[in-house]
Amino acid sequence: MPKKLLLNDKSVDFFKKVSELSGEVITLCDQCGTCSGGCPIIDEMDISPSQLMRMVMLGDEEVMDTKTMWLCATCNTCTVRCPRELDVSKVAEALRQIKLRQSFDKINIDKIPKEDLKELPQIALVGAFRRLTS
Amino acid sequence: MKIPYYPGCTLKSTAKHFEISAIESAKKIGIEFVELPRWNCCGVVASLADDDIMHNLAPVRNMIRVLEMNRDGLVKDEKRLLTLCSMCFNTLSRANNRIKKKSDDLDILNDFMYKEDIDYDGSVEIIHFLEIIQELGFDKIEKNVKKSLSNLKIAPYYGCMLLRPKDVGIDDPERPTIFEKFITSLSAKPVEWNNKNKCCGSFLTVDNKEIVVELGNDILTDAKNSGADIIVTSCPLCAFNLDNRQKNIKAKYPEFKEIPVVYFTQLMALAFGLSKEITGFDGNFINPTKLLKSKNIEI
Ligand code: SF4
Ligand code: SF4
Repeated sequence: MPKKLLLNDKSVDFFKKVSELSGEVITLCDQCGTCSGGCPIIDEMDISPSQLMRMVMLGDEEVMDTKTMWLCATCNTCTVRCPRELDVSKVAEALRQIKLRQSFDKINIDKIPKEDLKELPQIALVGAFRRLTS
Repeated sequence: MKIPYYPGCTLKSTAKHFEISAIESAKKIGIEFVELPRWNCCGVVASLADDDIMHNLAPVRNMIRVLEMNRDGLVKDEKRLLTLCSMCFNTLSRANNRIKKKSDDLDILNDFMYKEDIDYDGSVEIIHFLEIIQELGFDKIEKNVKKSLSNLKIAPYYGCMLLRPKDVGIDDPERPTIFEKFITSLSAKPVEWNNKNKCCGSFLTVDNKEIVVELGNDILTDAKNSGADIIVTSCPLCAFNLDNRQKNIKAKYPEFKEIPVVYFTQLMALAFGLSKEITGFDGNFINPTKLLKSKNIEI
């Protein structure tokens, strides 16, 4: 069923917030799908990187409940290919920051199994905690 | 040539064999790494949010150390900071590029670090070991090869951090050649393959192991199908995801056949005829010794 979107003050504020945090001119996105086509993680995502861009453009806050923003590994494959020179990884970071700045942690060190902690190098742990915890 | 060197945390722990093989091989081509005094962790990943100035602090402090080394005579007029780890290289470069573009951010950082002797001015250049090798000339490597690796087919794995984004990448992000040139200069054969710059899943390995297992399986299978005997990398995180995680890949796909993944400097040390202690193949999860012996390469 087609979804009805309302552009109101709240959606405009959300759009502005994401634009500010990411530093990207998100409306430049022309939905070509190049980012989605090359994204190595797309199979695991619930919405594609270009869908994420579209939802932000429309101020649709439901994008905050998707898995995609947490799965972007900042590989920057899309960044070097986007014909509009946009950086989806920065938009994903902006969405994560909105959540993380409300003291939200995506991963919890106590929940990581002991055997995993033993084998994971600190480069993995520090990287994950920097990206996924507040 | 003496050059300031930034090791980063992993090279002092799980990737010691990367550091030792690099330092000793570099000596053979006339480069002396001078470790940065009081270096600190770079933070692993670059700060991305536009208002996130704080996370550039750690990288910038390291750059101040480079200025101090010049001031104190530890190096002479050498403001290039050499890195081995791809993640450190990327994070330090991105922070450096950011403060060069946003002078307000730099002012805030310098203000915050009022206890430092020197203000940072953006004059340090972050470089990767492969770039220095290229600058010196690959013939310099060729001349030092004592043990031929001509029987060895090597898949160069660039991953993400050496190439992207464009303003930090050391080569063309889609069609890089620097690793291939390096491999050729070692007398080995570079393999042409599709997944050389595909992401290994990076830090997702902490909370999404299955994704890394799938990506690793794709990448490693492509390397094997393209005829590679072994894979080289310059990233300790890629090394973990592609080497250690083969155990997890095998658990999911029992028919999966292992392939060794080593640091490029280990093969450099091997070709230069350096000792076992320096090549450090015991440090790799899948030890390549058996493979190398089968190719008539003595360790
Ligand atoms: S590649 Fe760029 S322009 Fe195309 S859909 Fe993705 S973000 Fe939009
Ligand atoms: S940066 Fe993120 S969205 Fe872009 S290709 Fe990589 S994982 Fe996908």
